[in-house]
Amino acid sequence: MPVPDDQKSLRHTPLHALHVSLGGKMVPFAGYDMPVQYPAGVLKEHLHTRAAAGLFDVSHMGQLALRPKSGKVEDAARALERLVPQDIVAIAPGRQRYAQFTNAKGGILDDLMVANFGDHLFLVVNAACKEADEAHLRAHLADDCVIDSLADRALIALQGPKAEAALATLCAGASSMTFMDAGPQEVAGIKCFVSRSGYTGEDGFEISVPAADAERLARTLLDNPDVLPIGLGARDSLRLEAGLCLYGHDIDTATTPVEAALEWSVQKSRRSGGARAGGFPGAEKILAHFDQGASRRRVGLRAEGRAPVREGALLFAGQAAGEPIGKVTSGGFGPSLNAPVAMGYVPVSLSALGAKLFAEVRGQRLAMQVSAMPFVKNTYKR
Amino acid sequence: MTTTLYTSDHEWLAIDGDVATVGITDYAQQQLGDVVFVELPKVGRALKKAEAAAVVESVKAASDVYAPVTGEVVETNEALAAEPALVNSDAQGKAWFFKIKLADRSELGSLMDEAAYKAHTA
Repeated sequence: MPVPDDQKSLRHTPLHALHVSLGGKMVPFAGYDMPVQYPAGVLKEHLHTRAAAGLFDVSHMGQLALRPKSGKVEDAARALERLVPQDIVAIAPGRQRYAQFTNAKGGILDDLMVANFGDHLFLVVNAACKEADEAHLRAHLADDCVIDSLADRALIALQGPKAEAALATLCAGASSMTFMDAGPQEVAGIKCFVSRSGYTGEDGFEISVPAADAERLARTLLDNPDVLPIGLGARDSLRLEAGLCLYGHDIDTATTPVEAALEWSVQKSRRSGGARAGGFPGAEKILAHFDQGASRRRVGLRAEGRAPVREGALLFAGQAAGEPIGKVTSGGFGPSLNAPVAMGYVPVSLSALGAKLFAEVRGQRLAMQVSAMPFVKNTYKR
Repeated sequence: MTTTLYTSDHEWLAIDGDVATVGITDYAQQQLGDVVFVELPKVGRALKKAEAAAVVESVKAASDVYAPVTGEVVETNEALAAEPALVNSDAQGKAWFFKIKLADRSELGSLMDEAAYKAHTA
């Protein structure tokens, strides 16, 4: 992942001053100076999000509008389907869907959220990929769409079982939204875009807010004693327990959506025999993986011991087996499980739930078991 | 009487006769954050000064704990292995990692006293 680490060139989100005033420990991330944790620490921040509500600054992510030149949102949807294997046309107004930009080899350039805002599409992409994604969209969709980079907006995630109650006091429409609803909402009198989604496995919201109003909105939300600020450290442990992929780690240009166990995100209409089968970069390879299977697969892994098994650890079929059969792509300690959790790629023959394998950590082979994801049950409001 | 010395890698040693009790400093635990796992050396292991002797892991990352002196491991803190969070609550007390029998007392000369360590972390 291209992450510039030159401190001098680090960018600030509209909430940077707030992070510093809250005692955030700032680190470089995807070109931004971001809070990895606050004084509460990663463990408490993680557990608080699962017990009450956490506020995350995700303003480093890219927000884009795709406006159809024809004025018909379906034309923007059809155009975007040339770049992703998802059914974008079928996203109803006010709804959102998870998608991936694929490359000619069937790999993943980035993963993103696509919402239908009635007259245009609203996209949220990863921070480290946002310039490349925008260029990719301009290179392929400029004939059909006006591509607006919404760089003047912040993005705040509010996640956890008390997120709805916290937002409902400021946003009349919040409570009636269900998982993956998305659209314009007034929050504390500010014109925002709100989706009921997130990256923690918890019920919650992502709020796109004009940069100028972001700190006021964040402070208003933090005035609620149930809401604590949460850093990138807990964001990572929460998404890992939720079994969600981190781009550049669990998925990248060398993994297809099928290998990544993301088949659920590719609708039947885009698969072989579907109404709009193929027609996206790498379709031949990805559809072949659907039809004939891939040779490897992303799986969840639980350790039998207490030692965290982290990204990069090699996986082996046996305690003394010679060649590695796969690699851990994300791993660490799951605070809600009070146990190590990991995900990684293994041969399909070893991908069944309960399959036993070994991870090498500091020269020792630690027993692991292929386990269902999410590791922690999600609580989406469907 | 015990003397406490420090390394530039943030280990502390409480010297009592020819045995040193080793742990990580309060400064180190603050930098690490919530500790969720520790791996201790085996009793009887011969350690060389500056060799990786133990591992301490937070939610975020794993860090090595180095042998501050050369010697043999004579005891490890099983209570710490069972409750790694002791590192955060009592780094320089209950959360000692292991005891090592000094092989060469002259190595102590290169370690810092409390005042020097405070200056090192200031």
